[in-house]
Amino acid sequence: MDMPIPNAAILARKSTIVARLRGVLPADAVIFDPAETRAYECDALTAYRCAPLVAVLPRTTAEVAAVLKICHEEQIPVVPRGSGTSLAGGALPTADCVILGVARMNAVLETDYDNRFIRVQSGRTNLSVTGAIESDGWFYAPDPSSQLACAIAGNIAMNSGGAHCLKYGVTTNNVLGVTLVQMDGTVVEIGGPWSDAGGIDLLGVICGSEGQLGVVTEATLRILPKPEGARPVLVGFNSNEVAGTCVSDIIKAGILPVAIEFMDRPCIRATEAFAKAGYPDCEALLIIEVEGSPAEIAEQLTRIKAIAMQHNPVEFREAADEDQAKRIWLGRKSAFGAMGQINDYMCLDGTIPVSALPYVLRRIGEMSTAYGLDVGNVFHAGDGNMHPLILFDANKPGDLQRCEAFGADILKLCVEVGGCLTGEHGVGIEKRDLMSVQFTAADMEAQLRVKDVFDPAWLLNPAKVFPLNITASRRAG
Amino acid sequence: MKPASESELSEMIRGARAFLIQGGGTRRIGQTVGELLETSALAGVELYEPGALTLIARAGTPLAEVQTILAAERQRLAFEVPDLRKLLDREGTSTIGGVVAANASGPRRVQVGACRDALLGVRFVDGTGAIVKNGGRVMKNVTGYDLVKLMAGSQGVLGVLTEVSFKVQAVPEAEVTLMAERSLPQGLADLRAALGSPYDISGAAWIAGRAMIRLEGMAGSVAYRAGKLRDLLAFDTAEADWSAVRDVTLFAGRPGAVWRVSVKPTEAAPLIARLGLEAVCDWGGGLVWLLDPTGTADVRAALSGNGHATLMRTLPGAMSVPVFQPESLAVAKLTAGLRAKFDPRGVFNPGMMG
Repeated sequence: MDMPIPNAAILARKSTIVARLRGVLPADAVIFDPAETRAYECDALTAYRCAPLVAVLPRTTAEVAAVLKICHEEQIPVVPRGSGTSLAGGALPTADCVILGVARMNAVLETDYDNRFIRVQSGRTNLSVTGAIESDGWFYAPDPSSQLACAIAGNIAMNSGGAHCLKYGVTTNNVLGVTLVQMDGTVVEIGGPWSDAGGIDLLGVICGSEGQLGVVTEATLRILPKPEGARPVLVGFNSNEVAGTCVSDIIKAGILPVAIEFMDRPCIRATEAFAKAGYPDCEALLIIEVEGSPAEIAEQLTRIKAIAMQHNPVEFREAADEDQAKRIWLGRKSAFGAMGQINDYMCLDGTIPVSALPYVLRRIGEMSTAYGLDVGNVFHAGDGNMHPLILFDANKPGDLQRCEAFGADILKLCVEVGGCLTGEHGVGIEKRDLMSVQFTAADMEAQLRVKDVFDPAWLLNPAKVFPLNITASRRAG
Repeated sequence: MKPASESELSEMIRGARAFLIQGGGTRRIGQTVGELLETSALAGVELYEPGALTLIARAGTPLAEVQTILAAERQRLAFEVPDLRKLLDREGTSTIGGVVAANASGPRRVQVGACRDALLGVRFVDGTGAIVKNGGRVMKNVTGYDLVKLMAGSQGVLGVLTEVSFKVQAVPEAEVTLMAERSLPQGLADLRAALGSPYDISGAAWIAGRAMIRLEGMAGSVAYRAGKLRDLLAFDTAEADWSAVRDVTLFAGRPGAVWRVSVKPTEAAPLIARLGLEAVCDWGGGLVWLLDPTGTADVRAALSGNGHATLMRTLPGAMSVPVFQPESLAVAKLTAGLRAKFDPRGVFNPGMMG
């Protein structure tokens, strides 16, 4: 993975830069000792590491603005960081950068049930947003699987999804407003606790911009009253194709489950060996969750069962109580851990049209044989968001490169069938060099121009998202 | 001019002049000048997969054609497109591209979001003549920047849309409206209580002394939720025409300026009281339509920054007031920067959006 060569002039100015940053932040918020900056050398894409020049941990919007102003004057690249859970390398530093971590900015600023929003500092973790309102019967809907650790700042940067966004939408559909600090230190309020910000939808392009347009310090989020209850069912099939058709039939029938999860046989077997959830040994299984009152749940499950039965499932398992419901989810929630027990793995998240599912799974199987690497598939089937987990051995020379080549082939396949490279993890560095598979030069130019407007000097997270050769002239300027 | 292909459109744009971009001309607001550039020849549904809930259409496709094709599979555009022809005194055929350019969204926004939330992908030609695609046809897509959202509601100032793709919705089997005579403050308080309940409201409006709540879904579920809300709020089941809320027909054909205001729901009633104007409220009070018979009310001053107001219809000869809410300096700078990048020669809808 190529990264830009660190700017020697910046490295040489380290002590001056640290002194300036310490002038606007408390001493414990500026980390510059190489032994300590190593804590920020990578995110959840651990294959790539590089300690930053400095890491700063501001507590307020004003402190963030002061830091960015200094970095702008000094022309130092800045890599914003939420909790560092990016699977795409979104928070990977360069040796000449300042890591701007928002983890200490975790306060709830305002909760307003009458108007259905919460305003938080962006370092607050996803799950603790819900934690702040749960006892009053409310929740924040987007639920990335790292929700215990991941920060709202990172969710906004990557426009994170989750298992339940089939019904509730992803981050961008649940953010009403942000406080954004631009690279030159300008603080701008975009949107607010009302629907539609008016004017051009800047909020829409900020969500998912991977920390390249500004640093979000505060966010106004849509919150929802908790449903009365939820219950999953498990349906096993002897063919991926039939399972895929079943998903399509459920959607077409107008039933809107909150989640439809899909696991294939390699993943089921790995999960069983690890978590012993009692899953059937079959080719494909679906976990379908519905919400509502007991009667509403029963009504939906009756319909789902009727549709599933037309496809001769090998198993249709209902949850009679909370404990059985937990067991149905147990395997799915352990899937990544289970694969991790077997070997190192790389997790991709290309999205495909639901109709292409059987073809794509068959092709992935063929590629798995050709590359000699095992792969398990677990994914959000309702919206076609795949999660192939490719197993490799990081200690075996060449295995990572082979795995990356296999992954790239899968993502090219996703684009070929009408899908995209990434559905919820973001591009980061991981998929940066594949962007030209999905986009023409003109498509990318239009996106680069947006960054030109927000960050004309190209200092914010500059080596991410777009192929380096395409951004070279801008980054140099 | 009526380009019949993206490449033809691109050629036209490269020739330097000002264009007034028009789908069907049914919902444009704001002043602009230029040669008429119509998208109606860029028409036709290109892909529809009911099992994947996705539809792709060329931008000039009539909205009615999209709706007919969807209805044949008992599906629809979830965001409930308003028909503002009567309100704005227009004729013409609404196009799907115009719907996107206006981010036109109706009462169901409280449940499913706006047009921009259902929009999966766009193709457009920018002011340099470059053909650009963004997003696609899949439900989840975070590959690169989300220009799809940027284009939705941009009123044509960033580019001419040529193709749009949507996530669509199955038409639910049952729909019930609950209604009660209520004062504005009490009615809006009841709507907020309903929206704060777990009963999944798909419409919450106040119009002509009545508060209305809509529930949609499976028959048993709708009956259950309607029962709960009837007990909670003392509303009755009633026949209702939600298109009257959606299209604001109450103000159609009546003299006066019409404002469309986004506010925090709790601030709707005080705002309306301060202004002393006739109002229709949607989105539980989050959207306020105001009729100003004399065209003299200072709606933006009354809002004092807590929301924003769009002047949808002016009174002939009235004082010149900006149609779109003036933006803060920092936001205006970003907006102007984007316009200068996407349309460097300023050929798209000059004068539109400030």
